Amino acid sequence: MFIQSSLSDKSTFFQKLRSLDYIMLITILIIGIISSFAMYSTDGGELRYHSESHIIRFVVFFTMMIFISFINIKTWHTLGYLFYIIVLGLLVWASLFGITAQGSQRWIDLYFINLQPSELMKIAIIICFAKYYHRVQIAHVNRLRNIIIPILILFVPIALVITQPDLGTSILIALSGIIVLWLAGVNIKYFFYSSLVFIISAPFVISFLKPYQKLRILTFFDPDKDPLGAGYQIIQSKIAVGSGGLTGKGFLKGTQGYLEFLPEKHTDFIFTLFSEEFGFIGSILLLILYAILIFRILRIGSLSRNFFGKFFCFGFGSAIFVYITVNMAMVLGLLPIVGSPLPIMSYGGSSMLATMIGLGIVMSTKIYSRQLIS
Amino acid sequence: MISSGEDSGFKKSNTINRRMFIFAAAKAVVFFGIVGRLFSLQINENKKYLTLSDKNRLREARLPPVRGEFVDFFGNRIAKNLTVYQLHVVPEQVEDFKTLIVRLKDILNLSDSHLQELIKKKNKQKPWETLIVSENLTWDEFSKINFYLHELSGARPVLTVGRNYPYNDTYTHVLGYVSEASVEDLVSNETIKERNVPGLRVGKIGLEKALEKELIGTNGVQRFEVNAYGKRINQIDFKEGEQGKTIKLTIDTEIQKYTQELLDNRAGSISVMDIYTGEIIAMNSSPSFDPNLFLYGIEKNKWKEITKDPLKPLLNKTVSGLYSPGSTIKPIVALSALENDVITTNLKVNCRGHKHPLELYGMKYHCWKKQGHGYMSLQNAIKQSCDTYFYEAARLLGVDRLNETAKKFGLGNVVLGKYFNEKKGVVPSTKWKKDAIGQNWYLGETLINGIGQGYIQTTPLQLCLMTAQLANGGHKIYPKIIYENNQENVETIKQKMKLAEENKSEDSNLLSATEKLFKKDEKTYDALYRNKENVKFVLDAMFRSTNEIYGTSFSSRIEDPKYQFAGKTGTAQVKRITEAERELDLKTNQIPYKERDHAWYVAFGPYKNPRYAVSILVEHGGSGSSTAAPIAKKLFKFVIDRHELREKKKNLTTTDI
Repeated sequence: MFIQSSLSDKSTFFQKLRSLDYIMLITILIIGIISSFAMYSTDGGELRYHSESHIIRFVVFFTMMIFISFINIKTWHTLGYLFYIIVLGLLVWASLFGITAQGSQRWIDLYFINLQPSELMKIAIIICFAKYYHRVQIAHVNRLRNIIIPILILFVPIALVITQPDLGTSILIALSGIIVLWLAGVNIKYFFYSSLVFIISAPFVISFLKPYQKLRILTFFDPDKDPLGAGYQIIQSKIAVGSGGLTGKGFLKGTQGYLEFLPEKHTDFIFTLFSEEFGFIGSILLLILYAILIFRILRIGSLSRNFFGKFFCFGFGSAIFVYITVNMAMVLGLLPIVGSPLPIMSYGGSSMLATMIGLGIVMSTKIYSRQLIS
Repeated sequence: MISSGEDSGFKKSNTINRRMFIFAAAKAVVFFGIVGRLFSLQINENKKYLTLSDKNRLREARLPPVRGEFVDFFGNRIAKNLTVYQLHVVPEQVEDFKTLIVRLKDILNLSDSHLQELIKKKNKQKPWETLIVSENLTWDEFSKINFYLHELSGARPVLTVGRNYPYNDTYTHVLGYVSEASVEDLVSNETIKERNVPGLRVGKIGLEKALEKELIGTNGVQRFEVNAYGKRINQIDFKEGEQGKTIKLTIDTEIQKYTQELLDNRAGSISVMDIYTGEIIAMNSSPSFDPNLFLYGIEKNKWKEITKDPLKPLLNKTVSGLYSPGSTIKPIVALSALENDVITTNLKVNCRGHKHPLELYGMKYHCWKKQGHGYMSLQNAIKQSCDTYFYEAARLLGVDRLNETAKKFGLGNVVLGKYFNEKKGVVPSTKWKKDAIGQNWYLGETLINGIGQGYIQTTPLQLCLMTAQLANGGHKIYPKIIYENNQENVETIKQKMKLAEENKSEDSNLLSATEKLFKKDEKTYDALYRNKENVKFVLDAMFRSTNEIYGTSFSSRIEDPKYQFAGKTGTAQVKRITEAERELDLKTNQIPYKERDHAWYVAFGPYKNPRYAVSILVEHGGSGSSTAAPIAKKLFKFVIDRHELREKKKNLTTTDI
């Protein structure tokens, strides 16, 4: 075992390069290219602000991902808690001194980028939990201590993000954490009980929500009630997707997007725009690309010899899946509208940064799949 | 340690894999759920959403329809479309509405009240809807706007078509006028509702209103794409509208203008009719007003001026004014009495003047002539318009038989029917009085009825039709103001009249049913008399009235046979003359305006070969012979001088076809 680890440690750069997961890389590249075209379309068929910065970000962060791939998985394990604490610190910073936009204080001005720490928290919580459960033996998982501490780790950032307020991201952070808890073997009854508590308390929680959030949830159940107000986004999004048909209206010909009927088409509704222009076939292709990506991540996880890598890959892969399905279900009118970007596709630096860091760690798991972590 | 560690690690690995597997299975389910949803939206419901998306992005703008024009008999345009310069503003495209409006105010000299109205209007409509700042700019203003256009972002100088009446007030009562469509217009007329656009002008009265359906034209349609904020992005489709029909009238503008000149702003009416074709050659009601004032909303003080005018310019007196016909009814009374054999042409009545008026049940019935006419024959009674004779004739005739004849000749009914707000008037009968007033008829009422006073009420156009139907030998004609290309020419009509005359003796009821069925669409010029000689007698008496000494309109005669006409004067009292007033015997200009008699004159000419009938009314003009008859003299000269031109034009158009 030691020998193996030292072998892996000392493998040459070319060996490392060769052991990169090229299928995954290519899939990411294709999604990135598709996202660039979609962004180009949101700019009305011109290379303007959104498409330009999106492409630059993709290139920069993709390169960064390759770099991260070559960092030993051990390092990530070592820095796991620190990373979590730094992101948590940034969250506090955002809550205190952050930039407010659209009624929510969630950004930190870093001059070259407006960082949204809550996006990074999505990945930090997985790293943190992966490290936590890496050492906990299966027999001890359901000890009270091992239940309380993770809940605290999870609860603090959620509380911070929910008060920004940013319901969507806090739900996604919670889901990311819960996935790892589930994988770690936390007793099913805890999930059962807590979901029971959640359902019962939901009406009370809703009463504490901001009016606009309440409205979003209510209009989800009946979007036609207020077609020009709160239900507008859902209705217009469904019209856009539905009118796309089998083959779509064609690149740059999506009238719903081009004529501004689609709200937030760069970010949350990028899939709607894509689906309108490329139709059912295009949407399915995009879904398949995401499926391949997730499948590769899970495969890398299953091949990892260390639990940190396994937890991280399974957790991250599943989280990506959750992000995608929540976003799509939302724009297809299956879930209420809560802010949740589509990984890689949506405009947004922090989301892209977090996703690429995650993918980098996954790649590093692949390269150092034989690495053992004590 | 290691082994237990390995064992524990193995178990842990198992747990993770197992849980991952459960989760992956759930993922697959969710994944297919998403695919299913995509399928249902994009494949199953594609059509529905495609329609919705088109509804989102496509807007249709209806362009204002181009209104049909009116031309007179000779093809002169009397209501036309002019290029109008307008200034539109789309508030959405304006950076600073206040600044723009203040700038425009400077350039166009807009009034403060107009400005307030604009701002009010702007606040009422959607920001992408056009705001019409000025509907009718002069060329100077328009070029000024174009000069300053670079600093007036959002302002759009626009060329469009608007109504124009080149003859100003000449045709007002015939054509009416157009103005912006009101709520009532939209409710009452489906066609307007269907084709309405902001700023649409529709007919308010007259032919403009009556012929709205033919005139209005169809909308052009402009389809364009809009964005979510309703802003036009680009035009997709453009379909031009069809202009409304051009309507040709039977009226001769020169004569129409001349009648106006003759009335000279006095309250009154003149109509001229072709006694065979029924074509109305002129139809004027005075005073008139300029319909162009109404196109873009009339100014308040102008409107006040028109409504407050005691001469009632808004009333179309020719068809909607009701007056006692006075002595102009006498030819019909005479004809009716002859036709019903209650008198012969030999009947003599002694008119003994104001000292010995006719007395009936204690009431006195005076002739207009103070000294009396002496022994009068029927012919002289018509010629000199002796009231006493006609009291006697009416007494012998009775009101119901007179009613029958008068109605036959066109009184008591609308003449042109659907086009104007025509009044029927009243031709009384015993039954009518019972129904309308609920009282029995008194013989005394028959007497004053016989000289065209009392209950009887007619419009000037009815009297014109009556005269025409007498003048053509007593045949029914069909008055018209709109020229029909396929109308019968005069020769055919004359022949048909002759035919009707021959058939009359067999009684038109005996005309076989099949024959009638075949001729359903064909116009028949039925004889309105029993004995043609009676009509001839009355016409001859009218000739003498104008052309023989002692005739009431002798001083207005024309001796040249080309223009020679025959007519009957009328002087209709507007109030009862008291004994004291009769004693005073005041001159017309000594009586207050409102109490003066209406002056009437009905006539036809040229006498040898009659073709035109006229009726002339001057409200409160005094006596018919001094006020109305001289107008006829000038009018006949003018009308007959234009006769050849008219015939030539008619032949041209028939050969055209």
